[in-house]
Amino acid sequence: MAIPLLDIRDLTVEFATRNGTVTAVKKVDIRINKGETLGIVGESGSGKSVTSYALLRILDRAGRIADGSIVFGGVDVGGADERTMSELRGREMSMIFQNPRAALNPIRAVGRQIEDVMIQHGLATRGNARGKAIKMLEAVRIREPEQRYHAYPFELSGGMCQRIVIAIALACRPQLLIADEPTTGLDVTTQKAVMDLIVELAAERQMATLLITHDLGLAASYCDRIVVMEKGEIVEAATVDELFANPQHPYTQRLMRATPRLDSQVADLLPVDDKRRASTERQPLGPPLLEVDALVKAFGSTKVSDTVKAVDNLSFTLHEGESLGLVGESGCGKSTTSAMIMRLLDPTSGALTFAGTDIAAISAKQFAHHPLRSKLQMVFQDPTDSLNPRWSARRSIEDPLRRLTHVNRQELNSRVSLLAERVGLPLHLLDRFPHQLSGGQKARVGIARAIALEPRLLILDEPTAALDVSVQAVVLNLLASLREQLNMSYLFISHDLNVVRLLCDRVMVMQAGQIVEEGPTDKLLSEPSHQYTRALLAAIPHPPAHANPNNISVATL
Amino acid sequence: MSTLTSNPTSNEGALRRFIRHLLYVMTDNPVTAIAFILFLLMIIAALFGPWLVPYNPLATDSSSTLQAPSWQHWFGTDHLGRDVFSRVVVATRLDLMIAVTAVAIAFIVGSALGAIAGFYGGWADRITGRLMDTIMAFPLFVLAMGIVAAAGNTIENIIYATAIINLPFYARMARTEVAVRRQAGYVQAARLSGNRDWRILAFQIFPNSLPPMMVQISLNMGWAILNAAGLSFIGLGVSPPTPEWGIMVAEGANYIVSGHWWLALFPGMALMLAVFTFNLLGDGLRDLVDPLRRT
Repeated sequence: MAIPLLDIRDLTVEFATRNGTVTAVKKVDIRINKGETLGIVGESGSGKSVTSYALLRILDRAGRIADGSIVFGGVDVGGADERTMSELRGREMSMIFQNPRAALNPIRAVGRQIEDVMIQHGLATRGNARGKAIKMLEAVRIREPEQRYHAYPFELSGGMCQRIVIAIALACRPQLLIADEPTTGLDVTTQKAVMDLIVELAAERQMATLLITHDLGLAASYCDRIVVMEKGEIVEAATVDELFANPQHPYTQRLMRATPRLDSQVADLLPVDDKRRASTERQPLGPPLLEVDALVKAFGSTKVSDTVKAVDNLSFTLHEGESLGLVGESGCGKSTTSAMIMRLLDPTSGALTFAGTDIAAISAKQFAHHPLRSKLQMVFQDPTDSLNPRWSARRSIEDPLRRLTHVNRQELNSRVSLLAERVGLPLHLLDRFPHQLSGGQKARVGIARAIALEPRLLILDEPTAALDVSVQAVVLNLLASLREQLNMSYLFISHDLNVVRLLCDRVMVMQAGQIVEEGPTDKLLSEPSHQYTRALLAAIPHPPAHANPNNISVATL
Repeated sequence: MSTLTSNPTSNEGALRRFIRHLLYVMTDNPVTAIAFILFLLMIIAALFGPWLVPYNPLATDSSSTLQAPSWQHWFGTDHLGRDVFSRVVVATRLDLMIAVTAVAIAFIVGSALGAIAGFYGGWADRITGRLMDTIMAFPLFVLAMGIVAAAGNTIENIIYATAIINLPFYARMARTEVAVRRQAGYVQAARLSGNRDWRILAFQIFPNSLPPMMVQISLNMGWAILNAAGLSFIGLGVSPPTPEWGIMVAEGANYIVSGHWWLALFPGMALMLAVFTFNLLGDGLRDLVDPLRRT
């Protein structure tokens, strides 16, 4: 067998923290051959990113490689001095970061940033760098590279920025490309374009790729081999086919089950014996609860010609007990729509009839104390951002009760305990601050706060976008159960058709402020009529079909 | 890694938790510990100074004028035979009082103005912004001199003058800190919970913008002491024979030429030490009020 390009043996990384030493990565063995694509899959805190940082020797000050060896192309990375490392970084191995905007210098033209890395490593001179940079822009399929060369990161979309980052990473023709969650935060169609590009360029240049992701579906679509990490250790390593045909480790099985596939129901995401599984029973639909009629939100100047319509003539009806999905990519106007329905934002024109009252006529300011306020609540996208960092979980949950109901201290405490129980939050966590809770626990606090006033309509704004898949599975089941227990209607807003479909009876697809397609979930997914819906569906990465551990979804269908 | 962090015991008293956190902040950074110790010494001197010192700071003694530092008079005596050490220690109270009151007024008024400007934007923002620009357009010390000279030569006016020249710093900082949090998720959530605007500003946004302001308070404290001493040095505000660092330096400066260096040196050192302490204290204070630094 040939000598692998990268050979990591027994890698152990430790961090010195306030509470003693924490081992983030434990005895990890990874080998990558030339031209191979390896995926490291794991949830947050599994040590997958730390492994790649150790590999590039860019660990935090508190972290250190405690044990093990890293050999890259014959160079001992663990023992190399800083000078050798800066030669290696960027030139031999380079990295694509999670947030492309944060990875680019905001005040330097993108073309210059590509030149910088080439000049740094002596692959271009001041004279010929410009031409080479434009060639790189062409290579990452950026149209009009001559003009884009002068663009600043803020002038480009997220997907474009990620292409620039890829161009910088590949400018020196490295042998190994490390992609750390390269598509998190990008829309699903952009994700496909970016991933296709990475794989294509890697094949063209005989480059090895290390793809770090939490998305099993994504890893399956683009990798040759997959390494599954949990709590700093590798629990399973196999080729994609082997792994999906016969996952050995219980963690891999759980992860696979939790990854939504095209045919799974919401309960399928959790093991059969899990008490948190939602029942599939649904309440019958009631009368219309929310009627949206010709809703418009225009931004910009008062002159008609200059305005941008974020939401353009939107109309739909949501019945009591119904769950409606609103799917679209970033910038399509779905968040503006939800803010208007929530009455956080005043619409430019149009009517919003909620429970028989035209709430669009009440200004956002006055609505804060309107009796209907408590019936219209929301679960926010980012559980961390939506909790006041200085308030304990208890205080966050009881805030709506204190503001909009008149209950005494004792009743308040029992209500909060009941809510915590409802969302499955252990009572002893109620006195913790948000930063002391995990992502899933924070999501539960946010849900408990949203249902505290027993709303009739709950808007879910990408409630699981910031969560790991296994936590997402639990949260989705929780939302499905709560809907039946409390007889709520949901408006589920997301960019991910695959998740929306698990909870919704009906789905609307939104593009550029307008609804382009609408229909019952099953029909919309099986026979999409609009081209945009088809593009969205095609872009979702899927694990291989034979992947289900117990073939549950096949049995239920 | 989150699973490995230790569980804080929630039934522990709030005070004990605070002390534990204080100890952590101090041991984590030795500079902070030094600053806290110096600060504690200053507080003791300010509170109990008159009872701790060996001599009456105002008592003159014509038999022992201008004596060099000795075991009897640690910092020597001045031209009227007063004990410099006693005067330096007793002066702490007045100087701290001026600084604390001035900074407190500047912080309360400035951050309230800034928070309102940052939260509502529009006209509120424009008016406060221009107002602060106007204050900043003057050389600050000259402005303070002008205010004291015009309003009358009293300690209160020194405090107001110091407060006014420090206002813009708090207003600008509060404005920025509030404006970046105006659209935060928890602010939206508070709106959905039926909170009125003032409540959101006071209980959700403002407390979260405190940590960077703590650093500002601490730095300003040093400036305020310098400012008060500076005004006294040029003969505004506090008048002799009241022990005050600025006056003592001013008086002592006349005697440096004749070799009586201790008259100006020791109050000057006290002034320097106070400013130094407050400058060091900033980071520690920020860590103390930042919930994210707690486990």
